[in-house]
Amino acid sequence: MDITDFFDTFFEEAEELLADMEQHLLDLDVDDPDGEQLNAIFRAAHSIKGGAGTFGFNVLQKTTHIFENLLDYARNGELALRTDLVDTFLEAKDIMHDQLNAYRSEEEPDHDAFVRICQTLQQIALDEIGAELEAAKGAPIANASSGGDSGSKAPAESGAASEAPKESKSEAGGEAGDGEGDTHLKVALLDVGEKDRTLLVEELDQLGHVIEQSGDEKRYEVTLSGNTSADDIEAVMCFIIEPEQIEITDAAPAESAAGESAPEHDSSASSDQTAAASEAQGSASEPQSASPAPEAAPAKENDKTPAQSQPDSPPKAPKKKPKPKKKAPESTSIRVSVDKVDQIINLVGELIITQSMLDQTVSDLDDQSVGNSSLQNGMSLLQRNARDLQEAVMSIRMIPMEFVFSRFPRVVRDTAGKLEKDIELVTEGKSTELDKSLVERITDPLTHLVRNSLDHGIEMPDDREAVGKPRTGQLTLSARHQGGNILIEVKDDGAGMDREVLLKKARENGLNVSDTMPDEDVWQLIFAPGFSTSAEVTDVSGRGVGMDVVKRNIQAMGGRVEIQSKMGEGTNTSIVLPLTLAILDGMSIKVGEETFILPLSAVLESLQPAKEDMYAMAGDDVVLKVRDEYLPVIAIHEVFDVEGAITDPTRSIAVIVQGEGRRYALLVDELLGQRQVVVKNLEDNYRKVPGVSAATILGDGSVSLILDITGLHRLSRARKEAGNHANQPTPVLSKEAESS
Amino acid sequence: MSQTNNDAVQAASEAENREFLVFSLGEEEYAIDILKVQEIRGYENVTRIANAPDFIKGVTNLRGVIVPIVDLRIKFNLDSVEYGGQTVVIVVNVADRIVGIVVDGVSDVMTLTPEQIKPAPEFGVTLSSDFLNGLGSLEDRMLVLVDIDKLLTSEEMALVESTRDS
Repeated sequence: MDITDFFDTFFEEAEELLADMEQHLLDLDVDDPDGEQLNAIFRAAHSIKGGAGTFGFNVLQKTTHIFENLLDYARNGELALRTDLVDTFLEAKDIMHDQLNAYRSEEEPDHDAFVRICQTLQQIALDEIGAELEAAKGAPIANASSGGDSGSKAPAESGAASEAPKESKSEAGGEAGDGEGDTHLKVALLDVGEKDRTLLVEELDQLGHVIEQSGDEKRYEVTLSGNTSADDIEAVMCFIIEPEQIEITDAAPAESAAGESAPEHDSSASSDQTAAASEAQGSASEPQSASPAPEAAPAKENDKTPAQSQPDSPPKAPKKKPKPKKKAPESTSIRVSVDKVDQIINLVGELIITQSMLDQTVSDLDDQSVGNSSLQNGMSLLQRNARDLQEAVMSIRMIPMEFVFSRFPRVVRDTAGKLEKDIELVTEGKSTELDKSLVERITDPLTHLVRNSLDHGIEMPDDREAVGKPRTGQLTLSARHQGGNILIEVKDDGAGMDREVLLKKARENGLNVSDTMPDEDVWQLIFAPGFSTSAEVTDVSGRGVGMDVVKRNIQAMGGRVEIQSKMGEGTNTSIVLPLTLAILDGMSIKVGEETFILPLSAVLESLQPAKEDMYAMAGDDVVLKVRDEYLPVIAIHEVFDVEGAITDPTRSIAVIVQGEGRRYALLVDELLGQRQVVVKNLEDNYRKVPGVSAATILGDGSVSLILDITGLHRLSRARKEAGNHANQPTPVLSKEAESS
Repeated sequence: MSQTNNDAVQAASEAENREFLVFSLGEEEYAIDILKVQEIRGYENVTRIANAPDFIKGVTNLRGVIVPIVDLRIKFNLDSVEYGGQTVVIVVNVADRIVGIVVDGVSDVMTLTPEQIKPAPEFGVTLSSDFLNGLGSLEDRMLVLVDIDKLLTSEEMALVESTRDS
């Protein structure tokens, strides 16, 4: 066991804490801050500091430490919050996040950023409350414990003392008599390697004070003074070594003679003082803030005299942390790697297929045989259980869109601030669930679209007022399920896009455009590489890179982007994503000897076409009249070259389907029925097939293709065009002839 | 000292010796690197993919994974292409993809020393020498050593989405 094994746990927890912190900072009402929220922010910083200290991430520890002190002033009401202070806090949070990432990738964090943020935070403390953040002194250079800076220490200490509520002080004094200071413990480390040992001794030094240490690899004895209980020591040590490797005994009273331990205290006190003083301040003020946050810290405090409490208090942060830190997430959730979940999903998918296979076999059995009914019963039970299991397993991967949307208040706030615009963010459909892999991949494109809307879409407040709109622009993020797809919209009530400007710009960029292009095609121009209409490049956007990347990313997920825009009213960008990893409700159809699956969400109805309702149009095209509507007919056997299919439309079945807002009539031989299918990606081992969105495995183990309605239509048109060309001598053909 | 030297020499030659899975297409014998082979199975239950080149027979279900099946006999323009009990599918793992290739039969696994591998001469149109590791000569037999990685990821196989598409 190595301490590095716990790094990942710390990183993940710290990440969550930072996210919490950001959330609270964003929610914070600067005019009337909620004490509970400030406490939560403080606690987050405090927890990170504790963890960072334990694992030796000094830069992060120091940053959080300074930050924590400042937050402490804020929650005591000494520091009046303002929007720009919250901005700085957010920046500090970002820097801590960067530092965390640096540690994660085993690099040293950016020193300049560290120094800068420390200075900024200190400056705030100076300017706002006139207090110097003592621990920050000299921190950027090396070790916070360089100590001895009496000038900075004194005011802090006195501040802490005066702040501390009366009863807590007297209580501390009273109980100190019973406790008679510190106990001495002998901690023996058995079979601990040198590297771990050094770590452990450092760790112990944080818990109390190491008075002496000696021994070898087999048995290394450390004598510790302090009020830490043996259980606590063991709990901390167990992070690094096994419980069997620790032996804790009470040291002989003779060793803990007052005269001996007192000097120890003094010397260690001086080295720890700077950090300690501020720490004491933090803990002393805790009872005062009337929060449920005390974390047992004040209780510990009571064992000692106020004088002693100062050098001893810093250990509490790292020591106390591990326990709540470990327990809290365990009670509600566990961390499992996505690979494992995927494996379970695959296995369950296999189970379902096996179950359907068995089901088919059982239903083919002769019903007369004895015991058959119990077999049938068992099968139906198995089916139900398997389905339930599948549903439960699938839901593991699904996470609500809130996960994505939650980052946008920050993005909007920052961007709006930079652009000096007033923008209100509205989110809808936060609970819409989406597969985790998609959630991860949608974040970047979405951020880009939001930034774009903020920068190019929504106008400056004055301009908005001039055209009779409210000064505050509105940006709406929404998500909802639409059929088998997920529709995510970014909507703004800004200026909208100017068709003429886009066309002009497109010509300048040498794109092939015409004035008669339909609006939708004009809007799609912004996805061309290097296309930007913004007159000047801003921090936020306008470099012309990005929108093409957005489109490519979304296409890579099998989705598409559509834009609707109206001059003066705003722009609506919608992202339609298919459910790649999902179970699909499908309608299985038969054409010739082949079975295909249609997404049930696309199927509207089916009917037997009558001859008089079929009309030929412009040669090959055929339309079917269904209740006063003329629908293009797509014969699947033609599109997919299926042999042995019914070619007479009046003998086949027309399935009316809808895709991207258009309706089509598909000609199929037979409807086999509805079934739930597990969507299997074709592109994993093969490639995208036109007219097919994915594949699935049927009950008999064979593969069936899931049809893509719009893809089918495109394919059918392409084939008809190719067919028309083939009738004439075409350059395509002659070129092929030449090459072969 | 000499012992270690011998060991080193042996290790080196072992590293250079390569094992190949030999399969037949019509009368000819081909071989592919054994390390690329995942498994060998029968030809069954293949779902046709419309509008794909004719040598792509379709896709099949390999324990829950959808795997494309390529018939090398069609790709190499062999005269007789029949599907019977002897028709086997070699499932290979190339470029993080699983692909099944249909062959007439699998005969054995051969170890070839570097000396036995001769450079391939320029071939005709059907099988460019780009897709060959060389020719293996084994007494009176000649093995065409196919670079299955290059062959299956080549553009003309249309198995892999070309990056230029998008």
